[in-house]
Amino acid sequence: MEGAKDAASEGVDHNKDGGANGNDKFLNPTPMLDELEKGPWPSFISGFKELAERTEKPMLRGVMDQLEYSYNTKMGYWKGGLVTVDGYGAGVITRYSMIKDKIPEAAEFHTMRIQPAPGLHYNTAMMRELCDIWEKYGSGIIALHGQTGDIMLQGIEEKNVQQCFDELNKAGWDLGGAGAGMRTAVSCIGPGRCENACYDNLKVHMKVLKNFIGALHRPEWNYKIKLKFSGCPNDCTNAIMRSDLAVVGTWKDSIQIEEHEVKAWVEERGMDALVNQVINLCPTRAISLINGEMVIESRDCVRCMHCLNAMPKALSPGKERGISLLMGGKNTLKVGVNMGSLIVPYMKMESDEDIDAFIELVEEIIDWWDDNGLDHERIGETIERVGLKLFLEGIGHKADINMVTRPRDNPYFKAKY
Amino acid sequence: MSIEVNGTSYATDENGYLLNLGEWTEDVAKKLAEVEEIDMTEEHWNLVNFLRGYYEEYQIAPAVKILTKAIANEKGMDKKDASEFLYKLFPKGPALQACKVAGLPKPTGCV
Repeated sequence: MEGAKDAASEGVDHNKDGGANGNDKFLNPTPMLDELEKGPWPSFISGFKELAERTEKPMLRGVMDQLEYSYNTKMGYWKGGLVTVDGYGAGVITRYSMIKDKIPEAAEFHTMRIQPAPGLHYNTAMMRELCDIWEKYGSGIIALHGQTGDIMLQGIEEKNVQQCFDELNKAGWDLGGAGAGMRTAVSCIGPGRCENACYDNLKVHMKVLKNFIGALHRPEWNYKIKLKFSGCPNDCTNAIMRSDLAVVGTWKDSIQIEEHEVKAWVEERGMDALVNQVINLCPTRAISLINGEMVIESRDCVRCMHCLNAMPKALSPGKERGISLLMGGKNTLKVGVNMGSLIVPYMKMESDEDIDAFIELVEEIIDWWDDNGLDHERIGETIERVGLKLFLEGIGHKADINMVTRPRDNPYFKAKY
Repeated sequence: MSIEVNGTSYATDENGYLLNLGEWTEDVAKKLAEVEEIDMTEEHWNLVNFLRGYYEEYQIAPAVKILTKAIANEKGMDKKDASEFLYKLFPKGPALQACKVAGLPKPTGCV
């Protein structure tokens, strides 16, 4: 805050009129930010500049000026606040400038979180409409998708928020989660476009979300809680590491082997490849060659997905499919980074009744956490504090020997295919 | 900034929250509610009085969780219904509007 005061009183030459800086550009010079465009990767600065020059929105110029100033003073100048739309307690993330006296164009730059469709399946008509509405009321900057899984509409003034929301809502969009409540859920592309999906995670995502929509818009729990739905143990949504409730597709029986596809694979790449790239890389040594045939010992398989990924035509998940529920994944907070622990080793997820049973379980879990968790405590931390035994008793769940194994024992394992 | 009630001026912060908690009266609350376009019913007053009582005891506005639990207990509702009830009374949320009408300072933190 001290720095903000200094900055406000210092007074730099700030050009408010486009085109008055000698080179007919709308934006003011930003030598520090320009450095970011020189690296080998695409820079957000280039996109930002292009959008600002095209739309000539003063807000964009203000944000560029403030960021340039930040780079010079090595200080951030955004502060939070509270802005909501009618009936909602969350969804708009506020950013007020601490140096609005110096850079009035950057006074407000709020973000609206918009929920994505399950599996991120949109049609272009919807996207176009979203862009049009957003450029009308906001800055035009969209992050597809932010770390939360939401579509982040970045840069709007408080006075436009309600109207913008009303129009977005009419077009079928809804605000995402924020604060101490249910957060926006994320799912991988699922059975829509992936043969490994072990359950219809898109449908489950939708049903679960609808059930918790009140808690998402009106946060009132101990802290945030996140659900992610991965179709298989490849876990493309990073559910195990990044969600409190990781719903990961799995199977109970054996990996399905297409013998003739295995032969075709070996013919194309050679037996060395099968031995060196598949069999030897199985982390639990579950695969062996018996009389030249590939055999997988299901008991030893930990669903790491390596062999399935290496031989997608020859191998596919088993027939008896369902989900595993892992809990407690989160980033550093009261205790350090946690990966999810297996709480429900297997649950069927086919019929509507299966999904309802799952929702009931999640409600039971959240109720327990709401009653027993401390303020600002993620559910994984609560479980760690009271112990797994008390948690399982609390939700009326029996301990299972399978809870000590995991769908994927090493998330960093990445072989060359 | 300030608001005018019965010829007296009351100082508020830039967001319209009363600066001096002690200056709060029912008339001031009515004026604050008017700015927020809220028609004060008995239910509204109950909530505002609960907030003021809580603030007096703990010197902090209650977390929404505590607020909904209190309502749920009092009304015999489940927590989901209590939350909807709360947002029906104060559409912009208890933190933004109910605290303002009750003369409490603007809640901090990211919600």
